[in-house]
Amino acid sequence: MEYIGIIIVAIFVNNVVLSQFLGICPFLGVSKKVDTAIGMGLAVTFVLTIATIVTFLLQKGILEPFNLQYLQTISFILVIAALVQMVEIILKKISPSLYQALGVFLPLITTNCVILGVALLVIQKEFSLLQSVVYAVATAIGYAMALIIFSSIREQLALTKVPKAIQGIPVALITAGIMAMAFMGFSGIDQVFK
Amino acid sequence: MNKQVKILINGIIRENPIFVLLLGMCPTLATTSSAINGMSMGLATMFVLICSNAVISLLKNVIPDMVRIPAFIVVIATFVTIVEMMMNAYVPALADSLGIFIPLIVVNCIVLGRAEAFASKNSVLSSIFDGVGIGLGFTLALTLLGASRELLGTGKIFSQTLYPEQFGSLLFVLAPGAFIVLGYLIALFNRIQHKQA
Repeated sequence: MEYIGIIIVAIFVNNVVLSQFLGICPFLGVSKKVDTAIGMGLAVTFVLTIATIVTFLLQKGILEPFNLQYLQTISFILVIAALVQMVEIILKKISPSLYQALGVFLPLITTNCVILGVALLVIQKEFSLLQSVVYAVATAIGYAMALIIFSSIREQLALTKVPKAIQGIPVALITAGIMAMAFMGFSGIDQVFK
Repeated sequence: MNKQVKILINGIIRENPIFVLLLGMCPTLATTSSAINGMSMGLATMFVLICSNAVISLLKNVIPDMVRIPAFIVVIATFVTIVEMMMNAYVPALADSLGIFIPLIVVNCIVLGRAEAFASKNSVLSSIFDGVGIGLGFTLALTLLGASRELLGTGKIFSQTLYPEQFGSLLFVLAPGAFIVLGYLIALFNRIQHKQA
């Protein structure tokens, strides 16, 4: 029950993009087509899960026993950067077409605040390892879901007539705002799981 | 000196990180629920930007090209840690309300972007001015967004009441308001720029 609670809250109530504002740059950048959105969603899911496990172990195994918490930010970002590099190399070998599609955005996962954000959040919330993994996977699903919904709306939007000043990014942001409003409807649902 | 002033103005208007370059969206949306929060986030980022720009342009001949990005990130993360510790020590309430977004300055694309695009190619003085310019542009944009949301949401700017709170719409302080207000502000900025051109 506890884990279901974490999952529901992470996907719907506190959606990473629409209520916590993490990972907005790729959210706006790769959401013009549904295909790339799916690819990005998968890449984030993969990296986020591994990164959360590794940084969690780093925190509990090295930083806390040696009182090195002040190195948290630096060490986390380095681990994440190395991981992303690894994923990039593997993806290049296994699926060149997906690698082509994601293009510049794969290295940018390093600077995607979702990864570092979740790594820091699970420490802040004092989750156990299993809880952290569940939270990371659920967050990634929430991210991928928001990205895919948003990209399908934007595909439609590209065919619509929009006033010149709000073409492109402004109208995308306003759309995201309306989506966030819809997601606010889920708030309160977490009370059921307490 | 003229060149430095040009760099400064460029950062604030022509290459405004939020309205023109569209970088650093996460802290922009998340920390602007009030004008004061927006401004302090802007200032914290500006400090990191100036210091990292200065240090990176000093080290540009020492850092090998292959490992430049990790090297930049380490420099940036150092200054972010300094900001984080200072804010926790002196303004704990503010540090609380900005929360996780202070350590997340590390992954703000603006800081790394300027390191890569400007500081690694220019002199120390120019890099510092670029940091100040871009930092000011970012701070102004965040303050403007924060002030608009605070005004629409609660009828206040910097906690000064302009009209009674019950006429405000709380929506603008909450998450959806961030997207919508920023969307319209960028549209306004586009419109003004098109008129000038």
